[in-house]
Amino acid sequence: MMWKWLHPYANPETSYHFAGKILPWCARLAFAFLTIGITWALLFAPADYQQGDTFRIFYIHVPAAMLSMGIYLGMAIAALSGLVWQLKLADASAAAMAPIGATFTFIALITGSAWGKPMWGTWWIWDARLTSELILLFLYLGVMALHNAFDDKALAGKAAGILALVGVINLPIIKYSVEWWNTLHQGATVSKLGQPSMTADMFWPFLVCFIGFAFLVTALICLRFRTEILNRNSMRPWVRELVTTEVKTHAV
Amino acid sequence: MSNLNIENKATSTNNNSLLSAHNLTCIREERVLFEDLNLSIFPGDILQIEGPNGAGKTSLMRILAGLSQPYDGDIQFQGKSITDQRELFHQNLLYLGHLPGVKDELTAQENLAFNLALHGLDTSTAESTLTEVNLLGFEDALASHLSAGQHRRIALSRLWQSQAKIWILDEPFTAIDKLGVEKLEQLFLQHADNGGCVILTTHQDLSLPAERVKKVSLAYRFY
Amino acid sequence: MTQLSYRAAFALIVKRDLRIAFRHRDDIINPLLFFIIVVTLFPLGVGPESTMLSRIAPGIIWVAALLSTLLSLDRLFKSDHADGSLEQMLLSPHPIFILVLAKIVAHWLLTGLPLILIAPLLAVLLHLQESSYIALMLTLLLGTPILSLLGAIGVALTVGIKKGGVLLSLLVLPLYIPVLIFATSAIDTAGMNLPYNGQLAIIAAIFFASLTLAPFAVSAALKVSTN
Repeated sequence: MMWKWLHPYANPETSYHFAGKILPWCARLAFAFLTIGITWALLFAPADYQQGDTFRIFYIHVPAAMLSMGIYLGMAIAALSGLVWQLKLADASAAAMAPIGATFTFIALITGSAWGKPMWGTWWIWDARLTSELILLFLYLGVMALHNAFDDKALAGKAAGILALVGVINLPIIKYSVEWWNTLHQGATVSKLGQPSMTADMFWPFLVCFIGFAFLVTALICLRFRTEILNRNSMRPWVRELVTTEVKTHAV
Repeated sequence: MSNLNIENKATSTNNNSLLSAHNLTCIREERVLFEDLNLSIFPGDILQIEGPNGAGKTSLMRILAGLSQPYDGDIQFQGKSITDQRELFHQNLLYLGHLPGVKDELTAQENLAFNLALHGLDTSTAESTLTEVNLLGFEDALASHLSAGQHRRIALSRLWQSQAKIWILDEPFTAIDKLGVEKLEQLFLQHADNGGCVILTTHQDLSLPAERVKKVSLAYRFY
Repeated sequence: MTQLSYRAAFALIVKRDLRIAFRHRDDIINPLLFFIIVVTLFPLGVGPESTMLSRIAPGIIWVAALLSTLLSLDRLFKSDHADGSLEQMLLSPHPIFILVLAKIVAHWLLTGLPLILIAPLLAVLLHLQESSYIALMLTLLLGTPILSLLGAIGVALTVGIKKGGVLLSLLVLPLYIPVLIFATSAIDTAGMNLPYNGQLAIIAAIFFASLTLAPFAVSAALKVSTN
């Protein structure tokens, strides 16, 4: 119990300013990497020999899908540390991650279905990966809905954290069962969303895009984390001071 | 305020106390109810927690009972944190909140017997205990047929059987008549004299001797 | 003061919950009626051809079972929370694990068990293949306790929220997906006269995992909800 006092970032004010410091750097890096990565991917990377230019959506779809899972894992880790070590800020960061994760899941779903249209001739197919993404979206929406249902944000964070942990234990089981279900019911005519073996000239733009999206996620999490801290501490003196100084600087 | 037990952190590890709170901070819906609250309750104490509505009396009671977690701080039972000895603490605790915890589908006697049994107490005297709270003749009536005041009395009847040292009672006199209040006050006194302690909130004035009742006042805070 | 053994405390709470439920029989009968009505709606919706019905029967019965369990979940903690007996139980000198498990067992006895007993009757209405009956019973026997266990987590999280009903379904239904997939697949496989031990083994594994883990999640959730 002692170390939480020794740890400077257990203090909301310090972490608020820390998040504020790294936010612009992450945003700049995200901008740089995404500009390079997306231009490279859309204009210079070779088209797939089977799917042609359709394949280029892969450079958005796959990073979004990977990050949607990654954010859920991050959220669960934050929730776990919130529950085990009673770190209040961990709950705040978990709450900050949920809507971002949900957005990336949604992007993965939309791009996946847009990719599916030219490939399968239909907007939706019960492909294993798309189905798990859809269920992941439900899990995210559950966490967000539960968080919104509580008036007390500290309780909301704890409740949503427990749900995120239950979800993360279930996620591999759900993923496995959906994949298994899919192979069981898959007719021979429908081919799975092709993940072609990546060549080097596809891999590098993909990596740059992925890093860009990862920085974007970090920047967004910092932004929302700061809002969550302010929300939870709106009555504390340091937040009031912050507001008054902000008002003064804007007045000048 | 003269007999309010506020101590420094350095002296707060008094092992004679039954129950003690250390640097409690409670925040509800972003409002600080109280901050760095310290108090110790010793055998023989009757502690009345006062304050206007919304000052955090109920929150403090629930934190002391271990039902709520404080934003910060620690509750100790006989010098050790209650989270480390939950079951021992609960054996020594009787908490009655705003809700009586009486099931409509069970009779008065079944309700009391279940609560006694859950705490490992003898259930054979449940019927005679109910006469203490004027429920004679209602033992076998379903609680759904009884009034709110009678529900409260079913809950309070546990006090006569209780072997717990710490009683935490949130507004115990609500819907209880004058005679009943007197009877309860005598019971509190007897419990304190036997080495127990009572922590209570009430809007009524206690008719107990003033030197027996310690008081803690909570003020309403806006932030 | 004599300390109750874990088993005695467990039995005490199961008995109490059963006694309360038997004095309030609607709570047992209504989810069961819902189960029957939902199953009846399907032939009306998709047509009465027996080949089609027997093809989708496992899915219908299992989805109806999920929904009727969902309806009955509220009873698990809602009224106890509303009248204060839940906090009294949390303050009793027993591990919360025991209390929670006792309440879940009582819930299963009152909702899961009747469901299993009535399922063969509904299977007849849906022309389920004869070779599937045993698989249906076995999957329900192993699967419905999972529904009660996972559902308890959802109820424990939403019990303090005023309008938690719809939210509960959003939280709980995604968690039910694996059970649904393996249970219906086991029944389908049995219908083709193939061995379905694999699916049963997975359902059993999910059962034991949720039996050991869910009560901890429920305890943590209840602490938040009664805060």
